[in-house]
Amino acid sequence: MDSILSKYKTTKESEVTTWFKAAAVADFSENGGACVKYKNKQIAVFNFKRKGKWYACQNVCPHKLEMVISRGMLGDDRGIPKIACPMHKKTFSLETGKNLNGDVDALAIYPVKIENDFVYIGFSN
Amino acid sequence: MKTIIVVGNGMVGYKFCQRFVEKEESKNYKLLVFGEEPRPAYDRVHLSEFFKNSDAKALEMAPRSWYKEHNIELITNERVTDIHRSKKTISTINERDYSYDYLVLATGSSPFVPPIKGVEKKGIFVYRTIEDLEGMLAYADKIKAKNPNAKAAVLGGGLLGLEAGKAVMDMGLEPHIVEFAPKLMPRQLDIRSSSVLQMTLEAMGLNIHLSKITSQILGDDCITGMEFGEDDELAVDMLVISAGIRPRDELGKTCNLEMGVRGGIVVNNKMQTSDPNIFAIGEVALYNQMIYGLVAPGYEMANVAVEQILKNTEVLMSAEIDMSTKLKLIGVDVASFGEPFMPTSKGHSILFEDKTKGLYKRINVSHDSKTLLGGILVGDASDYNILHQILLNNMTLPNNVEELVIGPREGGGGSPFGSAMDLPDSAQICSCESVTKGQVCNAIEDETCVSFSDIASLTKATTGCGGCKPMVVELVNQTLKSLGKEVKDIICEHFEYSRQELYGILKIKKITSYNEALDSCGKGDGCEICKPLVASIFASLYNDTANKEDVIQDSNDKFLANIQRNGTYSVVPRIPGGEITPEKLIVIGEVGKKYNLYTKITGGQRIDLFGAKLNELPAIWKELIDAGFESGHAYGKSLRTVKSCVGSTWCRYGMDESVSFAIELENRYKGLRSPHKLKGGVSGCIRECAEARGKDFGVIAVEGGWNLYVCGNGGATPKHALLLAEQIDNETCIKYLDRFLMYYIRTAAPLMRTAAWLDKLDGGIEQLKKVVIDDVLDINAELEKEMQFLVDAYKCEWKEAIENEESKKRFSHFVNSDDEDDNIVFVRMREQVIPASWE
Repeated sequence: MDSILSKYKTTKESEVTTWFKAAAVADFSENGGACVKYKNKQIAVFNFKRKGKWYACQNVCPHKLEMVISRGMLGDDRGIPKIACPMHKKTFSLETGKNLNGDVDALAIYPVKIENDFVYIGFSN
Repeated sequence: MKTIIVVGNGMVGYKFCQRFVEKEESKNYKLLVFGEEPRPAYDRVHLSEFFKNSDAKALEMAPRSWYKEHNIELITNERVTDIHRSKKTISTINERDYSYDYLVLATGSSPFVPPIKGVEKKGIFVYRTIEDLEGMLAYADKIKAKNPNAKAAVLGGGLLGLEAGKAVMDMGLEPHIVEFAPKLMPRQLDIRSSSVLQMTLEAMGLNIHLSKITSQILGDDCITGMEFGEDDELAVDMLVISAGIRPRDELGKTCNLEMGVRGGIVVNNKMQTSDPNIFAIGEVALYNQMIYGLVAPGYEMANVAVEQILKNTEVLMSAEIDMSTKLKLIGVDVASFGEPFMPTSKGHSILFEDKTKGLYKRINVSHDSKTLLGGILVGDASDYNILHQILLNNMTLPNNVEELVIGPREGGGGSPFGSAMDLPDSAQICSCESVTKGQVCNAIEDETCVSFSDIASLTKATTGCGGCKPMVVELVNQTLKSLGKEVKDIICEHFEYSRQELYGILKIKKITSYNEALDSCGKGDGCEICKPLVASIFASLYNDTANKEDVIQDSNDKFLANIQRNGTYSVVPRIPGGEITPEKLIVIGEVGKKYNLYTKITGGQRIDLFGAKLNELPAIWKELIDAGFESGHAYGKSLRTVKSCVGSTWCRYGMDESVSFAIELENRYKGLRSPHKLKGGVSGCIRECAEARGKDFGVIAVEGGWNLYVCGNGGATPKHALLLAEQIDNETCIKYLDRFLMYYIRTAAPLMRTAAWLDKLDGGIEQLKKVVIDDVLDINAELEKEMQFLVDAYKCEWKEAIENEESKKRFSHFVNSDDEDDNIVFVRMREQVIPASWE
């Protein structure tokens, strides 16, 4: 099962080798999320309109390894943008991926950019 | 490095280890612990909880890893058989020898089994270890299989005996308590309080036999009964002996330590035995000519032994041991403190007794009414903590001492006790962990702690028996208040209001979107607590369905389905009252077959289809809706089902048409969002086949109309619904229900079921009657109007979801592909699919 998690590594913007054109901005709900398929990866992408920012992370929750993070709820914990997993309400920082209410492994985080009303996610090889 | 060997790994033996490793100096010692039982020390005080869940781990004082982390070598399942004092070694049953510098005997006690003829027969148990309990459970299953009405007796009506009585009752056996003395709990209660307790326990189904001397146990191989004397027998299939304890002092005897005449190893106030290198603590130690069978003195002994071994010689055992106890026996409060039975030469007693309510209060005061000497409380022990503190701190009593028993007179103002804040700083609030009032309040004042949970983890107060919790909570809250810090029940960091307050604000300001709510009366960007709460309030105010603002809905509401273990969903169409035509049954069957769903009948008389992938939901619901089904709202904090029995339509006992009424009620309240889920039931007669009294609202047909019950539930803490109105017609029943439900929706805390809400409502069911029936708050016209608005505004949200292309979009797994999630794995069980198991 570990192989699912090993596919996902936090990627810094400086390490990006491929910007993947995922979908149109309009395909994402405001203050909501959706799941993007890139090769054999599932990436959760969030349009955090209240903060005017976009975030991306692995779609698989490290707690029970289900592909559900994109269906979670956005929020903030004392200013830190976070996502709550719909399964057991584990919350993770969208900036660092760290689990904020327990000691589950961190989520891998990916950079997002918006160009010409399209959402791009950054990957490194 | 010196070696300390602890013999015995019970609660007191564990406490010795815990206190020892907390000390800096403990690093210079090696600690070796022997336990004769197979598992590490567990909480014997709460042993009966094992029957609820058979979870031995939950009772553990600390897991095995704790011992390891603290460099304690724990050897279980190995009994120490000999002490060689001259060589300073011990031997174990496996013939292994270990040497010690200090030896601590914490061997505890064993149950006393009186020498009654036939006591060796099968089906006779003692009540002390988890293994005893496992034996009892296995035997109970065996005898119940032969005879569903099997009986079990407990020999001994003391504290532990009554606990055992409850345990056999929970096993489904008819419980009997047999006591030799003329009263229950002879060490703690007087005759009057015993008879009050007896009446209460008998009303709960416990049979009590006092003044019975058991002369022999009947039966051939297995027990079949007990004989008390001539022509006096009780037929029983099982017996639990709880007739007191005997110290496990055999090790002391074999190595010639000084022993008490009737057993126990003699110790001084340093917990030293007659050999200065050997200490004895807990139920094996004879201190002041007494064996103390309570946890608190045992813990104090453990502490004294730790300090003495580490040469802090000024720490000595108290000269007088407080034997006060407070406990809940089968839900009945019982407390006994100080001198519960006081001779008239020492003072007066003030008594209050109300057998109709099962209440008894006795306090003993000095002749000049200035000093409290002791007392007994049965039925309501809420004053125990403060009375106990007055006693321990020798505080002067108020002028009208009788108010301590009967409560303050009209206009007298305030509680006669004052508050816990009036106690001196030295007052010991938690006797298990020896925590004083000063320690609690100071930690809050110097900001080491800011909440009750901080205090509990810092001082360990309330973590033993838990009896002091109300007092510690009061001290924490009062101290916070005195520092000007507000103690308030707020929703979360984004809204500093209670749910009821926010409900009022959103309604008055006519706020209709989450962002507007956050901007006008909250802060930050919201979270998984406040978003669904605000969504629920919008649903109650405007009957907004979950489609309107899907991003603030709980996940289940967002996708209008319950997320399951592997990230797939379940589908539950509404089947009002559980009535369904064969044609519709076939549709459900066809849909289940087509999408390969696991199907199961639910407790609410409908059918649950599991294993639907997110992207399949709209197609599945389209087929169901086309066949005339609607959403069952099984995913929401909303009305689930109104269960019914078949009623007078078919049943020869039926008094009214329960199915028709259940369908009417379910259709009226379907889609109604509420602070928690809502369930209803309608039964056609008092046989109550619909189990309506286990629901948030239940209606039962009687001669001349319906009886309406409210605020019951099943689940983790089952509660029977209470009678709100009798012999009412359909129309009145609906009127009262409209008012009741709307009042609950307006005022309950988030995720609070109706039963918990009623518990919190000042005045309880009587107050609810005044509101719903007599309209004392003058709000009923408004409540009815609001409910009628919600009923009229109902829409099937699944129909709404699939008719709108935009709202259907959220059901695809990927935003950039029509592929399904290939991570989902099913396996088969009994010819259906289930999720592959979690690692």
